[in-house]
Amino acid sequence: MLTYALTFAIACFALALILNLWRLATAPTMPDRILTVDTMVINIIALIVLYGAKAQSAVSFDAALLLAMTGFVSTVAFCKFLLRGGIIE
Amino acid sequence: MSLALIAALPFLGALTPALTQRFGRGIATATVALFSAAALLLILQHVPAIMAGQTITTQINWLPTLGLNANFRLDGLALLFALLILGIGLLIQIYARFYLDTSEPYARFLTYLMLFQGAMLGIVLSDNILLLLVFWEMTSLSSFLLIGFWSHLPKARQGARMALATTGAGGLAMIAGLLMLGHVAGGYDLSTILGERAAIQASPLYVPALLLILLGAFTKSAQFPFHYWLPHAMAAPTPVSAYLHSATMVKAGLFLLARLWPVLAGTPEWFWIVTSAGLITMSFAAGVALFKDDLKAILAYSTVSHLGLITFLLGLGTKAAATAAVFHILCHATFKAALFMLAGIVDHATHTRDIRALGGLRRAMPISFALASIATLSMAGIPPLNGFLSKEMMLEEAAHTAPWVIPVLATFAALLSVAYALRFLVYTFLGQAPAYAHAPHDPGAGLWLPPAILAALVVAIGLAPMAMAGWLVDAAASATTGEAVHAHIALWHGLQPPALWMSLAAVGGALVVLGLYPALRAAWDGAHKPDAKAMFDAGMGWLTKTATALTQGLHNGSLSRGFAVGLCSFLALGLYAYLSAPTLPGTRALTQISFAPVVAFGLLMTAALAATALHRKRLLALLLTGIVGLILSASFAYLSAPDLALTQITVEVVTIALMLLALNFLPKTTPRKTAGFRKLRDGGLAVAVGTGVAALAYTLMTREAMFPPISAFHLAQSLPGAGGHNAVNTIIVDFRGYDTYGEIIVLGIAALLIFALTESLLGTRWAVQPDHAAGDEGDAHPVMLQTATRLILPMAMLVGVYLFLRGHNEPGGGFVAGLVFAIGLVLQYIASGQDWAAARRRIPYHAMIGAGVLVASATGIGSFLAGRPFLTSNFTHGHLPPLKDFELATAALFDLGVFLCVLGAVMLALDALARLAKPQEGR
Repeated sequence: MLTYALTFAIACFALALILNLWRLATAPTMPDRILTVDTMVINIIALIVLYGAKAQSAVSFDAALLLAMTGFVSTVAFCKFLLRGGIIE
Repeated sequence: MSLALIAALPFLGALTPALTQRFGRGIATATVALFSAAALLLILQHVPAIMAGQTITTQINWLPTLGLNANFRLDGLALLFALLILGIGLLIQIYARFYLDTSEPYARFLTYLMLFQGAMLGIVLSDNILLLLVFWEMTSLSSFLLIGFWSHLPKARQGARMALATTGAGGLAMIAGLLMLGHVAGGYDLSTILGERAAIQASPLYVPALLLILLGAFTKSAQFPFHYWLPHAMAAPTPVSAYLHSATMVKAGLFLLARLWPVLAGTPEWFWIVTSAGLITMSFAAGVALFKDDLKAILAYSTVSHLGLITFLLGLGTKAAATAAVFHILCHATFKAALFMLAGIVDHATHTRDIRALGGLRRAMPISFALASIATLSMAGIPPLNGFLSKEMMLEEAAHTAPWVIPVLATFAALLSVAYALRFLVYTFLGQAPAYAHAPHDPGAGLWLPPAILAALVVAIGLAPMAMAGWLVDAAASATTGEAVHAHIALWHGLQPPALWMSLAAVGGALVVLGLYPALRAAWDGAHKPDAKAMFDAGMGWLTKTATALTQGLHNGSLSRGFAVGLCSFLALGLYAYLSAPTLPGTRALTQISFAPVVAFGLLMTAALAATALHRKRLLALLLTGIVGLILSASFAYLSAPDLALTQITVEVVTIALMLLALNFLPKTTPRKTAGFRKLRDGGLAVAVGTGVAALAYTLMTREAMFPPISAFHLAQSLPGAGGHNAVNTIIVDFRGYDTYGEIIVLGIAALLIFALTESLLGTRWAVQPDHAAGDEGDAHPVMLQTATRLILPMAMLVGVYLFLRGHNEPGGGFVAGLVFAIGLVLQYIASGQDWAAARRRIPYHAMIGAGVLVASATGIGSFLAGRPFLTSNFTHGHLPPLKDFELATAALFDLGVFLCVLGAVMLALDALARLAKPQEGR
């Protein structure tokens, strides 16, 4: 049962990635695009965890954890750059 | 050890002038002379053993696997040269002390002189020919410094450059020749090579090796047609000329010819090349010397001529000729060094070296006149001086050599040499004295004593050759020929020897030539003569132009040009490899792929293509590259490479932060640069190379490796060899620790460079103004961000420490940990600003880099204490309840070095760019 659930979940997140791509192509402004990439990071984190669960291995869990912890930094930096013209003031 | 110490002494002496110069020139000279004298004494201590026919050797292994060892040998030939180098070296030191003006940088001169002396001594004492090559190159370099010592004079600079280019090029050829020789002989030690005569002369490599070695020897010893550099090197201070061109530098080529005489000589190739080069040089240079007016130029051409004489004798290939060559090396060094010094004395006294403006100095400078007469007459080969003896021996050898042209040319050269020597003496010291601006007078003893000692030797050797020099010539000739030699040198051999009559003919002819001199001079001045310097300059100009054209053709600074050249080479080589070898079908099954990875890879390719298409919008391109990095990190995780995934994730974040900082100073769009055909061409090339790389990767992945891959070793040895379960980490910090060591140093240097560049820009008008026009909306330092990031910092550090500690056994390690720390700190910079972050920084980032390199080095050196090679790791298992068992590995300490270096480098670069990006107030 869990295998089906995992396969379904993975398919959903993969679909989400495709939608991300669609949004990236059609986004009207830069902030939309940055947000899209941020969403993409979330989806990737989910995919890494799901694949780990499916393979019953914890070895890539740290990667997901680290991505969760640091993934937003790029988003913050991009936003700061757009708002202020520089990331460190 | 003793020989190595002797060879090292001049180099040690070269260090002293910098320290002793404050005590005055006398003390500085005495100190370096002490080193030369010590070396001389140590050499002399070996004389009895060498007289008994022994060879002293010292062997120190350096790189035994390459055949490169610091092996030294001292036999008769080396003894002769060592005595000349050190003995005349001592006289030169005294002479230079009084010759050079007080305004000259005397300490520097002494240092160059000692470096040169050490290099020369190294050449003659080397047993290993690779070691000899090292010293050979050192003489080229140090003589460059000496010849160009008066670097404010264009002539000195040009002369030095010419000498370096010529002897350096010859040295390159000689490297190839000696390598061939060692290859044929089966070893690079002279003791091996000298015993392999038959094998060497039978080898097909004999002729190429001979030609290359002769090229090296002829350029160094100024043999025609490479003689041109020597007269131009006369721009050096006179002590340098006296040293380099009488006893040392130019004799190095002859030394090599004599050293390799037993294995190279005796073949027709050797005979014809060496003899004719020597004979042509000897007669041609003597002829030119006759028409020169500068004292030093006459001596320069005379030196070239005498070097030709010695080369000629060595070329004959007989034992007696080699003995004569060795004897003339000794004689020439004594009278020529004295003559150079005397030319310097005359120059000092009269402020001119042009013999047309000189004359009548015999009354004003009687001591110099007496010394010059002895040395000049010896150079002319007048009995009873030593030059006569060796010239007689030369003529005797020439007389017994067919064809007839050889003795005729030899007599002719002797004739010219008598003529220019007499002209040198008569024009300078005899005749009417012109009106000198200052009345010339003899110099102090400091200047005339060194040539006087040499002149005494000239007379002593001439009168009692067997007692004074017989032993040395016997030893040196025996070592040169490899057979016991007992020379019989005497002033009078009776009326039978043809040499006597040839000598008389030479003297008579010389008087005739001098009588006809005005007519000859007019013909010479009227004749069209090729200018060596112009030819050399033209040659160099052509070389420079070709090199520039080649360089400009390959990379003219345009990145796309450089890429195109590189990629085309890759493509061509790849195609060649593919087409020239049979292709085996792939045997590995393809792995299955599911839906999500297909989507991810599709995303990766789309992002990559989009970044290419939209690269002119820089911010968007950066965002798209971010997506590529993201999918790449996920791919590493998916393909079971957690270490790489962790590294990629953190590297991506830091890269984007640094790129955004850099983007601060750049326009937001790239101008359109390529269009039309060029775009098509570049695109086609990129696609071709990309396809090639993909095909190569596919081919490799679907086939079994031809050779067992090294990964199996690393996996098997990770735990027993390095004490860690994580093979990736043990490879980085242990198996390939030396690579990592180099990499962290490079990383540190790169960060320091960024710092230095931005620092030098700060506060200058060149500082690029950051482009803040994009906007100043929102808060500079939003409170929410500040609060959140300050909470994140300790957590990030905890994760970093965790990743670091477990790195040896599970994914993690110093590199990732450093980046995680760096990200935590970058967040503080972004949220609270550079000022805030810098004010709270306790440890400077430079220190962090330095500490990292030091910790890594100390770990590496620590293994010396355990008696093992650099960076050998050691580990033990520890128990500390209630923790699980853990390892204590020195590799973890090394990893700490990596951590510090990475953290310091990233933060230093970031901080430097952030400082540069700050608003301009206060600058």
